[in-house]
Amino acid sequence: MNIHEHQAKAVLKSFGAPVAEGVAIFSADEAAAAADKLPGPLWVVKSQIHAGGRGKGKFKELGPDAKGGVRLAFSKEDVIANAKDMLGNTLVTHQTGPEGKQVNRLYIEDGADIATELYCSLLVNRETGQVAFVVSTEGGMDIEDVAHETPEKIQTINIDPATGVTDASAAAVCDALKLEGQARDDMMGLAKILYTAFCEKDMAMLEINPLIVMDNGHVRVLDAKVSFDGNALFRHPDIMELRDTTEEDEKEIEASKYDLAYVALDGDIGCMVNGAGLAMATMDIIKLYGAEPANFLDVGGGATTEKVTAAFKIITADPNVKGILVNIFGGIMRCDVIAEGVVTAVKDVGLQVPLVVRLEGTNVAKGKQIINESGLNVIAADDLDDAAQKIVAAVKEAN
Amino acid sequence: MSIIVDKNTKVIVQGLTGKTGTFHTEQALEYYGTQMVAGVHPKKGGETWSAGMDGAASLPIFASVGEAKEATGADASVIYVPPAGAGAAIIEAIDAEIPFIVCITEGIPVMDMVKVKDRLDKSNSMLLGPNCPGILTPEECKIGIMPGSIFKKGSVGVVSRSGTLTYEAVFQTSQVGLGQTTAVGIGGDPVKGTEFIDVLEKFLADDETQSIIMIGEIGGSAEEDAAQFLADEAKKGRKKPTVGFIAGRTAPPGRTMGHAGAIVSGGKGGAEDKIAAMEAAGIKVSPSPARLGTTLAELLKG
Repeated sequence: MNIHEHQAKAVLKSFGAPVAEGVAIFSADEAAAAADKLPGPLWVVKSQIHAGGRGKGKFKELGPDAKGGVRLAFSKEDVIANAKDMLGNTLVTHQTGPEGKQVNRLYIEDGADIATELYCSLLVNRETGQVAFVVSTEGGMDIEDVAHETPEKIQTINIDPATGVTDASAAAVCDALKLEGQARDDMMGLAKILYTAFCEKDMAMLEINPLIVMDNGHVRVLDAKVSFDGNALFRHPDIMELRDTTEEDEKEIEASKYDLAYVALDGDIGCMVNGAGLAMATMDIIKLYGAEPANFLDVGGGATTEKVTAAFKIITADPNVKGILVNIFGGIMRCDVIAEGVVTAVKDVGLQVPLVVRLEGTNVAKGKQIINESGLNVIAADDLDDAAQKIVAAVKEAN
Repeated sequence: MSIIVDKNTKVIVQGLTGKTGTFHTEQALEYYGTQMVAGVHPKKGGETWSAGMDGAASLPIFASVGEAKEATGADASVIYVPPAGAGAAIIEAIDAEIPFIVCITEGIPVMDMVKVKDRLDKSNSMLLGPNCPGILTPEECKIGIMPGSIFKKGSVGVVSRSGTLTYEAVFQTSQVGLGQTTAVGIGGDPVKGTEFIDVLEKFLADDETQSIIMIGEIGGSAEEDAAQFLADEAKKGRKKPTVGFIAGRTAPPGRTMGHAGAIVSGGKGGAEDKIAAMEAAGIKVSPSPARLGTTLAELLKG
């Protein structure tokens, strides 16, 4: 789960990280009061959307010469004017896709005098199974570009979970960032703060880009991007409250209510599969036979009839779907449960497009029997190859 | 021969009394009498679990893994505990020095697995999973949730990161008449116990395993590491015909992988890179998940 920058900074601040003073606003009417709460003479007006590249982003409605999604303001009037200019408009960045994202909230922040921009992130390094700092002296730019052009400028420091961040590992982070004096003293403490916040809040990624050294020698978190491990949200009700569903795809929100892994895609064949690997492989084989999948949908291991019904409804609600492929290889998932869910859903919402069902594995005979006895117009398939060919052919024929 | 488990393997179940644990323990008992010897539940020690099938089988329940191991001489444990408690269940099994631990549970918080991995690395236990389908040696031992009906005793070693694609590989190798020595699902979580290389090493060492199917997915670099391992072993003369598959060739980039994660692996993680690494190591990569069995059969014919 992703959260906004201002929320991420509030979380980090609660652990003692140095962040600027700031106020989040939802309408331009609040801009004056927000500016008054901050000392000035420099304010930063920042669009709050769940995507990076906001500074270089462009507002769809404002034309190519207008300023981006992060702006400097030198007076209170300037803050108000920028807030009016940005709120409600659509920001397009290299991470939002061409459709962009509507800016529904802004973060008004106290400006800083920047001496140096650095990069610092924390994540779980899957190769070592440990939390790692990924740091670079090349802050403020796209880290993918740095990784591509000057990979030697990115350093990874793994943290032993038995000891946490020791003085030695904090020093390694400081060395990698080439920090000295006051900034080094600050970072020795900040490394421990960031690690504690990451572990205690079950973060999946914590990215500070840039982390800055100010003219006064102190370090500050200038931008922060945090995402959380969805599997650990059950033990963080405070973090759950930060979720902003306006940032998410409607079908994906509906899917998440039923604990379904769903990703909307551009094709016309809806897929319902158990297991992430088989779901990806089903997409691959649809493409192999010349068609495009409309979605990735993994109903998971312990699906109930209710969950399968919900999954089926989400797929059929997509107007692009011209055919549906149900591909189940039951292990923990029982074929009879899937069959019952499909039958219930079809009876509930009707079936306007061809449906191919391939069942194999645990309780397969029972599952096939339920489908056969339902009287529904379902095309049965024997194996994955057969299923993919049948749905691609049926969709071609129907159109 | 087989790898890791056979008819002598004695298995205890952590999370036996739940719905999932009960269902799959019944299935295991029905599968050639896999030696399921006890259950563990902290509050139900001393009670007895009865199987649904005619109530014919029953297992003693112990309050801890240590007690269960002591009483039964178990050498393996399978975990069906829900996600919030599964990390602690694995650590209990490690502390009780269970040699082989299989965790089926899906959705364990990553930070819990970071703690588990640290304990595991300092122990002699082997962990399979989490978020995996388990392991099955045909006609001898079934630990986990793989459907026994699709297996056939034979010569192919199957190892996979994806549960349901493991079943595809098993099903298809049975259909072409080859059968399996052992199938191992290592699971799809980013932080886990057994990796491809651990399993491939055992398949190379096992006389009855004459060929291998290895199924990977996008993300991480375990497939590249495994391909490198097979290439290095081949230079030493240890080589078996191997078919590979990578799921996610058509997955949209950036939807599941945080970009900082992609940096750590240094540009690795994409399907095409993995396929190239596998082909360079002499692995025959199947273009379709439906042709794993036929691709292997053709490869063996030469």
